Amino acid sequence: MSHDDAYEDIVKTRREESFAAFDSRRKGLLHRVHDVLHGNPALVPLIVLLASIVVFGLLLGSRFFSPFALTLILQQVQIVGIVAAAQSLIILTAGIDLSVGAITVISSVVMGQFAFRYGIPPFIAVICGLAFGTLCGALNGLLVSKMKLPPFIVTLGTWQVILASNYLYSRNETIRSQDIEASAPLLQFMGRRFEVAGAVFTLGVVFMILLMLVLAWALKNTAWGRHVYAVGDDAEAAALSGVNVHRTLMSVYMLSGLICGFAGWALIGRLGAVSPTSAYEANIESITAVVIGGISLFGGRGSILGALFGALIVGVFSLGLRLLGADAQWTYFFIGVLIIVAVAVDQWIRKVSA
Amino acid sequence: MTQPVLSAKNLTKRYGKVTALDQCDFELYPGEILAVIGDNGAGKSTLIKALSGAVPPDEGEVFVEGKQVNFTSPNDGRMAGIETVYQTLAMSPALSITDNMFMGREIRKKGFMGKYLRQLDRKAMEDFARQKLSDLGLMTIQNITQPVETLSGGQRQGVAVARAAAFGSKVIILDEPTAALGVKESRRVLELIQDVKKRGIPIILISHNMPHVFELADRVHIHRLGRRLCVIDPKKYSMSDAVAFMTGAKEPDEVEAA
Repeated sequence: MSHDDAYEDIVKTRREESFAAFDSRRKGLLHRVHDVLHGNPALVPLIVLLASIVVFGLLLGSRFFSPFALTLILQQVQIVGIVAAAQSLIILTAGIDLSVGAITVISSVVMGQFAFRYGIPPFIAVICGLAFGTLCGALNGLLVSKMKLPPFIVTLGTWQVILASNYLYSRNETIRSQDIEASAPLLQFMGRRFEVAGAVFTLGVVFMILLMLVLAWALKNTAWGRHVYAVGDDAEAAALSGVNVHRTLMSVYMLSGLICGFAGWALIGRLGAVSPTSAYEANIESITAVVIGGISLFGGRGSILGALFGALIVGVFSLGLRLLGADAQWTYFFIGVLIIVAVAVDQWIRKVSA
Repeated sequence: MTQPVLSAKNLTKRYGKVTALDQCDFELYPGEILAVIGDNGAGKSTLIKALSGAVPPDEGEVFVEGKQVNFTSPNDGRMAGIETVYQTLAMSPALSITDNMFMGREIRKKGFMGKYLRQLDRKAMEDFARQKLSDLGLMTIQNITQPVETLSGGQRQGVAVARAAAFGSKVIILDEPTAALGVKESRRVLELIQDVKKRGIPIILISHNMPHVFELADRVHIHRLGRRLCVIDPKKYSMSDAVAFMTGAKEPDEVEAA
């Protein structure tokens, strides 16, 4: 092989300039739909949500399509919705958190027991509960980020550990609603309700919506948000481009622990009481909401507002079917179908060459 | 002799029992394209990672313009003006061109929104990205917000090189920039590299493609068994000589051995 054997000479002189042409050639309808969905992943769940509201509204009339019934859905999904916000953050980093439900319950139990067993002022007890939730999140974060264990395994373990601690610590006792009302009404703060033209809201619902909006804004408009997506997309690439992966993961796990703490506070508001046996299934329900909301389980893709829509879709289906007098199993049936459809759509959207 | 922009002495890096770098020396002079070639497993990637800060060496010193530096993360290298385009490109496919160019060094808005709410200045970043891409003649791009995964291999490489050229003030390291590309796309990237060189920024080019190396490089650093075997002038040696040196089939003359 000599230096003169310049076999690439031909392309030096003769070539069509098509290399960096980012042209947008005319695309078909399907292609354009694909592009729009690729850019706005929360659009599919939003359409499904609106369509299901319309369908149930037509079937049930004003029994369903009233401010009262529609805001009832909001109240019913508030816990799952708040937890789904925490779950979304974790899943965006390509993780999964099975312990969110357990953290939620134990935070509410810490708030209740601190106030009643030790007589700590309710305000401090609430802060302790929130701090404890953050601590649980930090534990998950350390195991995932420092020990490099798979999030599924880590949270499968902490789920059991936290839930068991919850039963042991609370001695399986429920703190009754009347007692809370009498001596520590702050614990029920998130349950305060107010009415606007027949629509009933609780502070927990308002919190859920504000939380989703704030997180959606932060994920889109701050460096932290971009880093969360980058870490979920490809952690190695993110590290090489200068993202502190450990710090990003820790912030996400701790923040989601804190959000679960707030969910625990909202849980007391919703139930009135502090019950160590509540909300333990919030882990699966939150994952369902996230998946239906179009957030990819492989990380790095999706919008957190999708998780809110996902939670609302589940709420619309369960209330609608109940009002129709259908067997409750039909709800699970349709939710199951929706999950599979949502994942199929996600796969399609990921195919950029479509 | 002029002072090297980037140099290293006695770099050693071990992974368990494997010695990837064995007391390796290295020099890069201003304005040159230095090619680093070597067989698979010779330690080329470890060498550039040690130089850029992605892998801290176990022993040895790295100097930037004669001053000793101690990089412990890729960010340290970047702060010192050393940018690397990795073979994998290190980009997040789902994020936009702008997001990727500014990953880890985002620009915040001025005033309240940026200072307290940490809002990013999307417009400033997009303008800058557009400017840098058009500087390198990559600007037929209309949509700077499109995700990187919608680009072709050559376009991605172009964005990665533009990112490095935009921020790399002292040194740009390119790891196998043409390995994954077709003939035409490679050609375009080689032109890009020469454009970058014309701006006076020295380049370290790691490549397996001998014609590309001999076309671009001013000097060729031949890496063998974790250390620098020799540095040759591509005008005085043939490609087959280079291949013979790097595979151990032939020993370089003592005069040329560094």
